[in-house]
Amino acid sequence: MLATRSIKTTSKAWAIDTAISMVDLTTLEGADTPGKVQALCSKAFRPDPTDISVPQVGAVCVYNDMVAIARQHLDAIGAKDLPVAAVSTAFPSGRASMAVKLQDTEDAIAAGAAEIDMVIDRGAFLSGKYIEVFEEIAAIRQVCGERAHLKVILETGELVTYDNVRKASYLAMLAGADFIKTSTGKVTPAATPPVVLVMLEAVRDFYDLTKVRIGVKPAGGIRTTKDAIKQLVLVNETAGPEWLNPSLFRIGASALLNDLLLQRMKISDGYYASPNYVTID
Amino acid sequence: MNFEYAAAPESRSVAKIDPVYGHFINGNWVAGSSHFSAINPATEEVLSSISLGTAADVDAAVKAARTAFDKSWSKLSGRERGKFLFRIARIMQERSREFAVLETLDNGKPIRESRDVDVPLAAAHFFYHAGWADKLEFAGVDTTTAPHGVVGQIIPWNFPLLMLAWKVAPALATGNTVVLKPAETTSLTALLFAQVCQQAGLPEGVVNIVTGDGSTGAAIVKHPGIDKIAFTGSTEVGKLIARAVAPTAKSLTLELGGKGANIVFGDAAIDETVEGIVNGIFFNQGHVCCAGSRLILQENIAEEVLEKLKRRMEKIRIGDPLDKNTDLGAINSAEQLAKIYQLTAAGDAEGANRWSPNCALPDKGFWFAPTIFTGVTQAHRIAREEIFGPVLSVLTFRTPQEAIEKANNTPFGLSAGIWSEKGSNILWATQQLRAGVIWANTFNKFDPASPFGGYKESGWGREGGRHGLSAYLKGAAK
Amino acid sequence: MGSRGWPPWLECLPEGSCKVSGRLEVMKTYKLYINGAFPRTESGRSYEISAHNGEFLANACLASRKDLRDAVVAARAAQPGWAKATAYNRGQIMYRIAEMLEGRSDQFAQEISLQTGATAKASLQEVTDAVDLLVWYAGWSDKLTSLAGATNPVAGPFYNFTVPEALGVVGIIAPKDKPLFGFISAVAPVLVSGNTAVALASSSAPLSAISFAEVVATSDLPNGVLNILSGQQSELAPWFGSHMDIDGLDISGLPSDQHGAIKEAGVENLKRISAFPNQIDMASAEPGRILAFMEAKTVWHPIGN
Repeated sequence: MLATRSIKTTSKAWAIDTAISMVDLTTLEGADTPGKVQALCSKAFRPDPTDISVPQVGAVCVYNDMVAIARQHLDAIGAKDLPVAAVSTAFPSGRASMAVKLQDTEDAIAAGAAEIDMVIDRGAFLSGKYIEVFEEIAAIRQVCGERAHLKVILETGELVTYDNVRKASYLAMLAGADFIKTSTGKVTPAATPPVVLVMLEAVRDFYDLTKVRIGVKPAGGIRTTKDAIKQLVLVNETAGPEWLNPSLFRIGASALLNDLLLQRMKISDGYYASPNYVTID
Repeated sequence: MNFEYAAAPESRSVAKIDPVYGHFINGNWVAGSSHFSAINPATEEVLSSISLGTAADVDAAVKAARTAFDKSWSKLSGRERGKFLFRIARIMQERSREFAVLETLDNGKPIRESRDVDVPLAAAHFFYHAGWADKLEFAGVDTTTAPHGVVGQIIPWNFPLLMLAWKVAPALATGNTVVLKPAETTSLTALLFAQVCQQAGLPEGVVNIVTGDGSTGAAIVKHPGIDKIAFTGSTEVGKLIARAVAPTAKSLTLELGGKGANIVFGDAAIDETVEGIVNGIFFNQGHVCCAGSRLILQENIAEEVLEKLKRRMEKIRIGDPLDKNTDLGAINSAEQLAKIYQLTAAGDAEGANRWSPNCALPDKGFWFAPTIFTGVTQAHRIAREEIFGPVLSVLTFRTPQEAIEKANNTPFGLSAGIWSEKGSNILWATQQLRAGVIWANTFNKFDPASPFGGYKESGWGREGGRHGLSAYLKGAAK
Repeated sequence: MGSRGWPPWLECLPEGSCKVSGRLEVMKTYKLYINGAFPRTESGRSYEISAHNGEFLANACLASRKDLRDAVVAARAAQPGWAKATAYNRGQIMYRIAEMLEGRSDQFAQEISLQTGATAKASLQEVTDAVDLLVWYAGWSDKLTSLAGATNPVAGPFYNFTVPEALGVVGIIAPKDKPLFGFISAVAPVLVSGNTAVALASSSAPLSAISFAEVVATSDLPNGVLNILSGQQSELAPWFGSHMDIDGLDISGLPSDQHGAIKEAGVENLKRISAFPNQIDMASAEPGRILAFMEAKTVWHPIGN
């Protein structure tokens, strides 16, 4: 039902700008180079070079060993308050020793990451070793301390059932997550509306019990403005309007940003735009 | 920052409404002798002028239906009859937006519901029944597959087009011809349907539409040239019709009122359940015979469910039915609104606790805020009588057996809901409940292949599915 | 379609002036239909199809076992999605196929007349019968469960129900009488319940079946649900019989003396194999032909504590 909400005119313009400010602009390729990362950062800070009213995105999301490059470049172009989020703990599979995962996290923070996106051990979860999953998250939380906020990736596509997603959400929140995140983006299905709904219900209920607000980050499969707006409607009508800002809701995406810009142009210019008029990163 | 949804109105221009309508008799438009107004219940504007069917109009329609039955419709093979119905289904799909907007203007229900539920289901009913027309020997009813002849059909205002489809599709598929009277407050989509019949090339007289009020309906019920009556509406009127028909040889099926029990067990999935409760009583403004209008909560989760329910109700958007974001539309008429006021006042007087979220209601039109009454017992009027509005009566139970007893403790028997995560519990409850339609972990689901109808005073017979065909075949019973 | 020869397209008078009269037609190339596309046979082979009066009509593809193999792969990939579609949706698509065929009645009638020598009237009758047959089957999709399913009154506190389900991938060796109606009489009952099919047209008169692919391709039928081959039934039949990823076969097109060998070959994976008498008109249509390619699943669940 929420998927049929029709968001038009002024509410659409607001939703687009809000969505832009929530994007964690991401590049996670084996082939990432300093050049690619720098281009991404420039785009993240100034999505549309011809229109400075376009807000900057929520964060830049890169592999560990690209964090320093990203941070340096962002500082150099004047984007001091644009955080760098690092995917850590043997992303995306999470199949490595605890020592490696802890070091991974420490390295990222030392290089300038203000946000850590970790993956849970799905193998442990699916074989019922919930305490292990919990303890891993708690250990990474300790490394982050006050220096970085922690997003915990559940990889909902591998958990499959909604009951599992709900369980994993609770596990992550109890263990100290600042954000629960749907996916690595390397597995489909990723951030489908029902899965995001379950996670939003979880953070809402957690707030009722503890008065603490945990953020939600859908990632993967959100490609169009329409998809993004559906997500915002879900947040609005499930967790509530308090979650409608980048400190409690982010969208992990890459291609989405350009579609948001195209739609933004249509609203301000009154006619359909072309991909030639948005930059690639 | 609050996410305000800007108005997203569906355009009215797609639905062309004539200033005055006649009856559709024998394939032609026949002017009526007197008229009454069709009103948009959301704004109280007059939409059109509708003919008031007299006994003479009904007589002309019955004669046309009889001639069509004798001379054309009964001469066609089932295969050819089926192809007419397929055409009708496809044309309804082609004109779906027109139908949806018209239904919302005339009835007051949100465009999202007419667009996503009423119109697609109506077309699907014609599509489904088209396929039965030449397969009646496989329907497992009787070895004789003869139709009655001319059937008189009287339908209600809550799902005008859908109720028309539920009546006309099986009647035609089985070889009957039809005289149909839409409800007084919702004639427009039936009249548009007449146009569809013309576009489909349906032979004259096979479908006749006579608009009017209770007197028109009475003329249909009394007419000696009609072989079978099908009625959907209130139990009160259903009984009047049954009495009128009793001394005759006419066949009769009835789909009447209900006071559906929506039972929530302690092991229910709460968030899904809350959604199901909301759908059960606020879908279509609660103007639903099978609405889950009695919420029967297991005491051990009652508080949690009620809290979540209230929070969910705060998000219900009530307003312009043509706005695509509206969840709850207008009450269909001033008369119905008065009934809702009367019964909810009784609820207050009998000591139940009323609660509604704060919502702004428009100044013009007929509106009622979504409402729940807690502290209700079986002895309250609001637990026994059908309110037919967005009003939920909440009761509690301790044991499963008690839930069943409370659910069954009613002269009605149309629908029930069960919320539980345990399969064996659900199946046990379905065995015990005296209701014709039971939804487990869902609510208000309809399909042309799924039989619908009630036990006890909720009616006689079923509509839809294989079971629904028997109403329109003569069969062995006298 | 008209004459396939050279029309008089340049008439020249003795004094040297010429004028154009008549028009040279573009001849149709008849290909296979696999996975929603129209490839030629991978073998590059073809064979001549003649009109009833011996005139050359077309070179049809002589499909090979590899084409069959590819078609089975496509059918298998498409099967779960087709079976999971709602019965309503499958019925709508089959009705759409009827709509598309109806719109091309003249084309198909002409093609039938050329192949078989039937009169224009009889040919058109065959086409309209084929349309009506498709409509008949379209109407079955959402009624099969009412017919062949049941809840069963077992002697104990159990809810017991039986649902009919599609078999999977069905191979069809189409009958040779009535090149269009015969083909559709074999194909429609297989598809309506959620099976996907690889259908081999009649060897001597395959053109209607192949043209039917054009109708199917414009009817929203998902790629791979129906695959159509032309070729020698005797050459390909053993490969249909032995293929381990085909679940059922309709061998109505094979002469009865070849049935034994196919059935033996099919024993390896216990194929469900049926042959039906030639259906020449609507009157002999039976839902049994649908049920022959369905399974039945029965489920128990306790009632009560």
